Amino acid sequence: MSPVSASRDPRDRGGSAQPLLAVRDLTRHFVLARGFFGLGRSAGVVRAVDGVSFTVAKGETLGIVGESGCGKSTTARLLMRLIEPDSGEVVFDGESVGPGGMELREMRRQMQMVFQDSYASLNPRLPIEDSIAFAPIVHGVPKARARAKARDLLAAVGLAPDQFAQRYPHQLSGGQRQRVNIARALALEPRLIVLDEPVSALDKSVEAQVLNLLLDLKRDFGLTYVFISHDLNVVQFVSDRVLVMYLGRVVELGPVEAIYGAPRHPYTRALLASRPSMDPARRMTEPPLTGDPPNPINPPSGCRFRTRCAFAEAVCAEREPALAGAFAGDAHLAACHMTAAGSGHSRAPGRA
Amino acid sequence: MTTTTVTLGNDTATERAPAPLAEVRDLTVRFVSREATVHAVNGVSFTLAPGEVLVILGESGSGKSVTLRALMRLLPPKRSIIEGRVRIAGHDVLALSPAALEDFRGGVASMIFQEPMTALDPVFTIGTQIAETIIRHEGVSRAEADRRALELLELVQIPSAKRRLAAYPHELSGGLRQRAMIAIALACRPKLLLADEPTTALDATVQIQILLLLRRLKEELGMGVIFVTHDLGVAGEIADRVAVMYAGRFVEAGEVAEVMKRPLHPYTQGLMGSTVHAGLRGSRLAAIPGAPPDLSRLPPGCAFAPRCAFAEAACRERLPQEKHLPPRHMARCIRVAA
Ligand SMILES: Nc1ncnc2c1ncn2[C@@H]1O[C@H](COP(=O)(O)OP(=O)(O)OP(=O)(O)O)[C@@H](O)[C@H]1O
Ligand SMILES: Nc1ncnc2c1ncn2[C@@H]1O[C@H](COP(=O)(O)OP(=O)(O)OP(=O)(O)O)[C@@H](O)[C@H]1O
Ligand code: SF4
Ligand SMILES: [Mg+2]
Ligand SMILES: [Mg+2]
Repeated sequence: MSPVSASRDPRDRGGSAQPLLAVRDLTRHFVLARGFFGLGRSAGVVRAVDGVSFTVAKGETLGIVGESGCGKSTTARLLMRLIEPDSGEVVFDGESVGPGGMELREMRRQMQMVFQDSYASLNPRLPIEDSIAFAPIVHGVPKARARAKARDLLAAVGLAPDQFAQRYPHQLSGGQRQRVNIARALALEPRLIVLDEPVSALDKSVEAQVLNLLLDLKRDFGLTYVFISHDLNVVQFVSDRVLVMYLGRVVELGPVEAIYGAPRHPYTRALLASRPSMDPARRMTEPPLTGDPPNPINPPSGCRFRTRCAFAEAVCAEREPALAGAFAGDAHLAACHMTAAGSGHSRAPGRA
Repeated sequence: MTTTTVTLGNDTATERAPAPLAEVRDLTVRFVSREATVHAVNGVSFTLAPGEVLVILGESGSGKSVTLRALMRLLPPKRSIIEGRVRIAGHDVLALSPAALEDFRGGVASMIFQEPMTALDPVFTIGTQIAETIIRHEGVSRAEADRRALELLELVQIPSAKRRLAAYPHELSGGLRQRAMIAIALACRPKLLLADEPTTALDATVQIQILLLLRRLKEELGMGVIFVTHDLGVAGEIADRVAVMYAGRFVEAGEVAEVMKRPLHPYTQGLMGSTVHAGLRGSRLAAIPGAPPDLSRLPPGCAFAPRCAFAEAACRERLPQEKHLPPRHMARCIRVAA
């Protein structure tokens, strides 16, 4: 497999100014059947992903962070069309994905996914070489060529083919299995890989190996990543831009330096402040937030964060804040009435 | 030297210290089956003072949970062989009769887990589970037990505690469930709390709440705590001392600030170098190559040698001794000059 540079990729359509991925107003709700989990009361609707929009530039890594249940994996599955959106649009290099646009089969050639659970995502009965060659064969690549390529890919992810090609998933460590999953995602030569908590199940020493590998592969193959994790340090390490989710909504989006250096949304600030300090001399004394994230079945009105927000005012319950920058063309967006001029929040800047 | 007398190994200086809450000497645990013998814990020694927090830091499979379970005698008796000496609050734990063990668990030492649902019974309310625990151990009246249950939920800062007594475990959020499990563990005022990654499955904003709660409870109740984690940051927030575990041994131990500032063992150094933190952007992580050893086929010398950049022939031949450096810092590495 010869490295391709993003700029010379023959599949490139709109040039570097056109985002590789544009997501508009993506929404997916899950209707719960009555009696789900023995609740027995009323059927609820989980607003798992609720009007999410973002773009990913060619060659960029977009990190997605947020607490459990905020909709990160649902977003990933919607991008891959593993589940259907209720509404909204995914545009891949200028072409809308779905009926009348780019076919799923073609989209999945260009966009692949790696999951957290390295074990569940490999077929236990196939030697890993065959697992890696599987998708290319389905897509019409001759068997011998697909196998040869699988071995190249094993080498590329740091697993000596002679030693590992014929092993079964249970004969590998967690870190080795995740390398196989990454090799498998690369097999169709995708342009974009959606990584959903790719290192969360790994030990620190192995996590570092896999993160280094992902950075090398990105450079060598001219890849673009959507990198999902609940680990703020890992996201900071890999991302160019970062998207922060809370209960199905984007609350902040911007360049990694801006999000970590000058976060604007109170939730982002609390999330960053919640990281344990590595310095025993500077221990935290008060938790930045109290309470758990609320239930996504009946999210609060207005700003969904207001039930945990120290700055919430009447306007926060009345209207949902829009995701917006501080000035026209600002790349750093936040959804909070405090940052929106004239919102009615006492801390909001005056209208310019 | 009043509270934190550390020390691991056969350092006789520790024998002078005031009675430790826990004293563990040469603890080994093996799991024996027809296919293999897994050497999960291979000679762990430490003492813990009352009110002290020891964090055992290590990667998956290093023997952290097995160590805690051995202290509680929670390992399957038929398939496990435990050797060594474990004294907790005056009890010779490995020699306790089944009846004495019942009183010991919960009354002297109590354990909390990563997944609260394993410790909570799904068919009883939180209030009933706490009250039953108290009645079983102390034989008090139901009314008294109920009163104490409410107090406990307030102690662990569960909001609307009175109403939550009637809640079933599945009706609580992850953070509240963890608090409920802590309440049950504390119900009979144990002297030692064993915590097996109790915050690992929690969200960042909830994890720090639980860590601060445990820190406060330890202060208020004066318990000793042994806290297991794979997260350096968690150790930084809660530990008085840390012990770094690798392949069933403590390879390094000492006061938390000391170990974090001056890690002596190449494994600890590697662990710190490979932990992602701010400021590393744009650089490559200093990953430790390879993977931990198979515990059914442990190498004879230092178990870290196959992954260690500094390994010499001597490392592979014999198990390095514990080297002790002031202030109370131990490492099992031949490169450390004692
Ligand atoms: N198939 C489904 N049916 C019903 N609810 C679902 C379904 N899939 C996801 N959900 C719910 O949607 C919400 C978002 O879930 P999602 O898995 O996207 O969260 P996440 O951010 O990936 O969380 P985690 O960090 O725990 O992986 C959750 O409340 C979840 O319970
Ligand atoms: N009941 C058992 N029978 C056989 N082997 C066991 C048993 N329990 C644990 N082991 C083995 O003992 C070793 C140590 O396991 P332990 O659970 O203590 O690891 P750990 O450090 O807690 O890891 P983790 O971070 O993944 O929880 C592992 O190799 C494990 O497979
Ligand atoms: S909109 Fe209101 S409740 Fe939401 S984060 Fe801003 S101040 Fe807090
Ligand atoms: Mg997820
Ligand atoms: Mg464990």
